[in-house]
Amino acid sequence: MNAPLRRAGVVVMVLFGLLFANLNWVQAYKADEYRTSPYNARVQVDQYNRPRGVIEVSGKALAENQATDGELKYLRTYPFKSQFAHVIGYKPVNLGSTGIEQAEDEFLAGTSDRLFADRFRDMFTGEETAGGNVVLSLSLPAQDAAIKGLANNPVGSTRGAAVAVDPKTGAIQALVSMPSFDPNPLASHDTEEAQAAYNRLKDDKEGPLRNRALSEVLPPGSTFKVIDSAAALESGYKPETSIPAGSSYLPPTSGTPIRNSSPGICPETQVTLIEALTESCNTGFARLAVELGSDKIKEKAKAFGFEDTDLKVGNLDGGGINVAASRTGDMQNPDGGEDQAALAQSGIGQNNVRMTPLEGAMIAATVANGGERMRPYLVQQLLGPDRRTIGTASPKKINNPITGPVASDLQQMMVSVVERGTGRRAQIDGFTVGGKTGTAQDGDDERDHGWFIGFVLKNGEPISAVCVLLERAGVSGGSSAAAEIGGQIMQAVIRGEATDAQSRRPAGWPLPPRRAHRQRWHGRCLARHRRGARPYRRGEEPAPGPAGGARLRRALPRRSPHDGDNQPSGRRRRV
Amino acid sequence: MTAPAVPAPTPATTGEMPRVRESSGRRNAELALLIFVMLLVLAYSATVEATALDTITGDFWVPVALVAGVFLGLHVVIRFLAPYADPAIVPAVALLNGLGVAFLRRIDLAFADANERADLPIFSGVGGRQLAWTLIAVVLAAGLLIIVRDHRAVSRYAYTLGLVGIILVMIPAVLPSQFSEINGAKLWIRVGGFQIQPGEFAKLALVSFFAYYLVRKREVLSLASRRFLGIDFPRGRDLGPVVAVWLLSLMVLVFEKDLGTALLYFGMFVVILYVATERVSWLIIGLLLFFGGAVLAYVLGASVGGPFANFYQRAEIWMDPFAKPYDDGYQMVQSLLGLGTGGLFGAGPGGGQPNKIPLVVSDFVFAGLGEEIGLFGLSALLVVYLLIAERGLRAGLAVRDSFGKLVAGGLAFTLGLQVFVIVGGVTGLIPLTGQTTPFLSAGGSSLMANWLIIAMLLRISDAAGRPVTGAPGGRAGAAGGGPRHSCMVPRRR
Repeated sequence: MNAPLRRAGVVVMVLFGLLFANLNWVQAYKADEYRTSPYNARVQVDQYNRPRGVIEVSGKALAENQATDGELKYLRTYPFKSQFAHVIGYKPVNLGSTGIEQAEDEFLAGTSDRLFADRFRDMFTGEETAGGNVVLSLSLPAQDAAIKGLANNPVGSTRGAAVAVDPKTGAIQALVSMPSFDPNPLASHDTEEAQAAYNRLKDDKEGPLRNRALSEVLPPGSTFKVIDSAAALESGYKPETSIPAGSSYLPPTSGTPIRNSSPGICPETQVTLIEALTESCNTGFARLAVELGSDKIKEKAKAFGFEDTDLKVGNLDGGGINVAASRTGDMQNPDGGEDQAALAQSGIGQNNVRMTPLEGAMIAATVANGGERMRPYLVQQLLGPDRRTIGTASPKKINNPITGPVASDLQQMMVSVVERGTGRRAQIDGFTVGGKTGTAQDGDDERDHGWFIGFVLKNGEPISAVCVLLERAGVSGGSSAAAEIGGQIMQAVIRGEATDAQSRRPAGWPLPPRRAHRQRWHGRCLARHRRGARPYRRGEEPAPGPAGGARLRRALPRRSPHDGDNQPSGRRRRV
Repeated sequence: MTAPAVPAPTPATTGEMPRVRESSGRRNAELALLIFVMLLVLAYSATVEATALDTITGDFWVPVALVAGVFLGLHVVIRFLAPYADPAIVPAVALLNGLGVAFLRRIDLAFADANERADLPIFSGVGGRQLAWTLIAVVLAAGLLIIVRDHRAVSRYAYTLGLVGIILVMIPAVLPSQFSEINGAKLWIRVGGFQIQPGEFAKLALVSFFAYYLVRKREVLSLASRRFLGIDFPRGRDLGPVVAVWLLSLMVLVFEKDLGTALLYFGMFVVILYVATERVSWLIIGLLLFFGGAVLAYVLGASVGGPFANFYQRAEIWMDPFAKPYDDGYQMVQSLLGLGTGGLFGAGPGGGQPNKIPLVVSDFVFAGLGEEIGLFGLSALLVVYLLIAERGLRAGLAVRDSFGKLVAGGLAFTLGLQVFVIVGGVTGLIPLTGQTTPFLSAGGSSLMANWLIIAMLLRISDAAGRPVTGAPGGRAGAAGGGPRHSCMVPRRR
């Protein structure tokens, strides 16, 4: 009986060998897949065990953490509530995250490859690797002006959007969608509460969750005439070239005539191109579009970024918030020939032409930047947990939709719009402002959308380009209200740059003493919290120990430009 | 590990002294190993508290000390009543049992309120119950060693035990579901808040019965045969018992809806049959019957449903656990994710979130442990299980009587097979069936039954290690003192 017993022993060994092999498969080969599986709630709880990185602008935290006593140790809070909701988005426990919180999730959570060195070091020190910090390119005054301008619009619009970009770099200076929402309830650790808050927002008829600046497209109206003008200038037209106009134009194949918005606009049979843009002459641009043909218009629009389905705005190294594609739409008959009626309507930004406010801002920015279209971005800088600079945005050009001379002609035409034409309310004292208004009919609603795209130059150098959209902006006056808001935003950018220039602290320089102290203090409090001890009472100073010192030393670069003690004191803004 | 499990045959002329020294050497090795594994469990408990609570409570050692105390008591009993028993078995089981108690206490910590964690009473929660059950189970095992001084005495009650075993298996099947069904498997007797799993105890009884039956019938089963395809097949009428057991296990499958238990009983019987008759044909017939039955159950489950639906569902989950990750496949998915998250080294004792896995205290205890001790820790646990099974089989090899060989071989193999069925289930190797993980899973029935099995193995290994002549009361026969056969012929009692 011993031979079969031995064989039974071999069978047991084989069975255990199978178990062992399978365990290797599950715990070694598939381990990464399982660890990062979306069904794996462990990783998520693990994420909340360490402080997530801060999203900040000019030293102000837009998204930060608050220590809790619950299973999830840190609560994500948004101190500015609704002001940056469509940029930073939110990071909920149970729902999908959005915005920069989503686009830079790995970096903020501390799991990004860019933070490998920190994780490696913390493996030895035994500390939890905190998340990296994301510095955005936004300008606080500009964002503030955009929010206030949209909210206080005189035409009763409840929905809208505003975008401001730096034409030279593509850095987003302001990005607002109205109405906005408070992301704090969505990040609640009480998942039912978060879900209820989300459902309330989702069911809101005004659609506060929708990002109207990036992901909604609407007919651009007359702002599209800038594209027509660009196509015309590239085809040899000059600002002074006369084009046919008139009080009414009936395209060859259509029954509905195109008219101007008031009888006083270009009733002459011929007007110059610059005059047509300044007055926003519908008949002139409809005829011009038919004259140029749909191919040229479409091609120019595409060069300016229409039809781009892959654009993301976020980090220039990849990742960001998806931007909806702007479209020129169909301008053809079923037989393949050109539908001139549709083309004429498209030429004045109606028919099937659709544009995002970001695209509007980028058109203005390209014109202001001498024809160079820069890739828009939001993430200015990535900082490690110890605030060491890990990456800084290096602006990228996308293309040159127009040549330099065409761009300066177009600048001249758009400046004329603001100085003498429909965009007068965007003027800024001491600066050259150009722009184009737009009033777009959309559906049967008699309230049109009001648009303004524009830019501001100082001594020929572009400072900012904006696009403002007021949805359903009353029966009239929507576009000039938009122009006024656009002017206010650009003014705020100028104001912000002026204060910034005085107080800019280059990245990577040591923290001002008070902030370093605060960080050290916070670190000790955290360490104490982890030990489970009661928090410090007011006035109870932790004993200065080697640990605190070491932490401070690590938080600061060893050598810094300030070591020489030669910087102008008192000028640095505390950030 | 230090003492050889099968000692060189002691010549009949050897005096008392060397034998005593040898047996005490084995016991000392056992004691040393026992102390070592208890220190391991102590270290594990301390690590759990340090990680999960950020502090080590003053009485973290109490549960470990309690189990260590009762294991030491068992050691003393063995020292006096089974001095030649294998010294590796008890420490190996003690390691698993101690880790089980500590791990279940760790699960209690995870479910406890944050402010109650530090002072969780010792006998509270699943871990506390397991601790109490451990104390009872080890006392039971010692009791078996005290009462049964010669394993062959058990064979006197073989038919009674066989009847008891079948009744134990059948009770849950005939009971109404509300008294017997938990998580889709009817394996229980539930009265009030109390529940036992009679099938666990049936294993020992059935193995004893099979062993006795086969010792008597092995000539018939192994000699009369027809040859087909180069393999000797038994006569049709001799197939009776194996077919009967096959039907019994199929009934378990159908009425108790549990493939694992069916596989266990059937595997147990086929292996004992094979060891008794040394005929490969039995293995082939057994495997064909089992897999045929399983495939049939799957097909019937897909087409007819009814009693087979449960098995069909489990097979579907096994084939793709991620197909329905939030309902049917939830347990399996969470188990795999836990194991994967643990990776090679694990999150460390107390550092993972094993409470995310459903049923982590019973069926999925291996996955829960795996998240924290990683591939390396689980491999070590597998080696410990393998050690117990192989040591049991070794006792079967060394013991001189056929009944002992079959009982030891059957019990050890069944233990190994049970580990395979449940660990294979929770790691996705085979369809998951609700078995307990011996000595780790929460549950008094399983713990007591498995400790009884261990006591039986100890008793047989003691008989195997006992020198031939010195045994009091003519134990283990073979008084001739001549060269011992490695394979003993069956003897009449």
